[in-house]
Amino acid sequence: MQLPYRIVLSFGAGATLAVPALAADPGTMDVTVAIPRLKVAEYHKPYVAFWVEKAGAKAKTVAVWYDHDMKANEGTKWLRDVRQWWRASGRTMSFPANGITGATRAPGTHKISFTRAQLGVQTPGQYTLVIEAAREVGGRELLRIPFTWPAKAGAGGRAAGASELGAVSVSFR
Amino acid sequence: MNKRFWGFAATAALVALAAVPASAHRQWMMPSSTVLSGDDVWVTVDAAVSNDLFYFEHQPMRLDALKAWAPDGTEAAIENKATGRYRSTFDVHLTQKGTWRIASVSDGLMGSYDLNGKTERLPRGTTTANLAEKIPAGATNVQTAESNNRNEIFVTVGEPTTTLFKPTGKGIELVPVTHPNDLISGEAATFQFLLDGKPTAGLPVTIIPGGIRYRDQLGQIDLKTDAEGKVEVTWPEAGMYWVNVTTPRSERPEGEGAPEAAPAAPQRRASYVTTLEVMAP
Repeated sequence: MQLPYRIVLSFGAGATLAVPALAADPGTMDVTVAIPRLKVAEYHKPYVAFWVEKAGAKAKTVAVWYDHDMKANEGTKWLRDVRQWWRASGRTMSFPANGITGATRAPGTHKISFTRAQLGVQTPGQYTLVIEAAREVGGRELLRIPFTWPAKAGAGGRAAGASELGAVSVSFR
Repeated sequence: MNKRFWGFAATAALVALAAVPASAHRQWMMPSSTVLSGDDVWVTVDAAVSNDLFYFEHQPMRLDALKAWAPDGTEAAIENKATGRYRSTFDVHLTQKGTWRIASVSDGLMGSYDLNGKTERLPRGTTTANLAEKIPAGATNVQTAESNNRNEIFVTVGEPTTTLFKPTGKGIELVPVTHPNDLISGEAATFQFLLDGKPTAGLPVTIIPGGIRYRDQLGQIDLKTDAEGKVEVTWPEAGMYWVNVTTPRSERPEGEGAPEAAPAAPQRRASYVTTLEVMAP
């Protein structure tokens, strides 16, 4: 019973953005990503792509961390190694991508936030945030965290990687 | 097993005929990548004729008929060509986004004529254009059949495009129902094959995964084109695959290796080879 009620509400929100009563709907997704510290002879910070999938809709890239500051844009050569993302979305894009390109991150926990507009969540429904990491001379790992839009306050999700990604969690505010 | 082997040998012989007359093996091109990103993109290709796929251990592929086309249809340069003892190699600078074609296509005429009471075969290198000068004066009962051999690969920078798949109408050609640079293990892919521009049923399609040297079973997938000229294959694993399509032909009888027997009426023949890369999901 709860779900249809919320969907009705969100249609209202789409029609009249100015209705202040709906400000309670979270408008931002916070993602926390742990990049594991690996004991390897040759370590390069991983390329990481974040994108949003919805059944029947085009995948939308929300962030890509890669070597964006190399001369002659050479870091783009390895984007295809983030291979599910490359197929789902990356190969149709130009780089650097405004508001999407970011630097690679060192091992540790990183936070990144996406607004509703960045997420491209136009219609209410089930979405999936996909996070894929690929490391030069290393491996590749992909995690999927489903979420509902509009998100309920306090909603979230989590997943844990085993090799190239650590714990990943999603929350809304 | 033996029968199958002979079927293969015959197939491969035809494939190799135009480019490497003396061999009866599998001809292939192996690109350094088929799915590429970046701004200054190159592909290096090895090209050889061998038994094991994809190991260069027998003969280099001749590069005389080799050409490359950019996604917009313009012909592109083949750079740094070299032919060594066992393989040839070359580079193509992929200066446009989209799908590129690199192909070695050769057309010839096979056949025979009678002269002074003897039946002679048309020499190698006979084409429609030079047929008249290849047949001596006084020859009778001239029989010919066209042969078309196409060995091509596709590589894609960025998003796959299909601008290069307009058929020429000659020999066997691939029409991508599934794009050849968008293949994933566990997924089904469909390709359509045309013979002389027309979808043709019953063409034998042979698919063999690379890495033969380190396994006991060939792992060959045998398919036949359906009424629309189509085949569907679900890739068992990621890797490089050799794909060979030929015009149908009768199998050689076992144990009768008599290639010099009196030639039957020549048959129109065509063969197609490509190398496909299947990515892990």
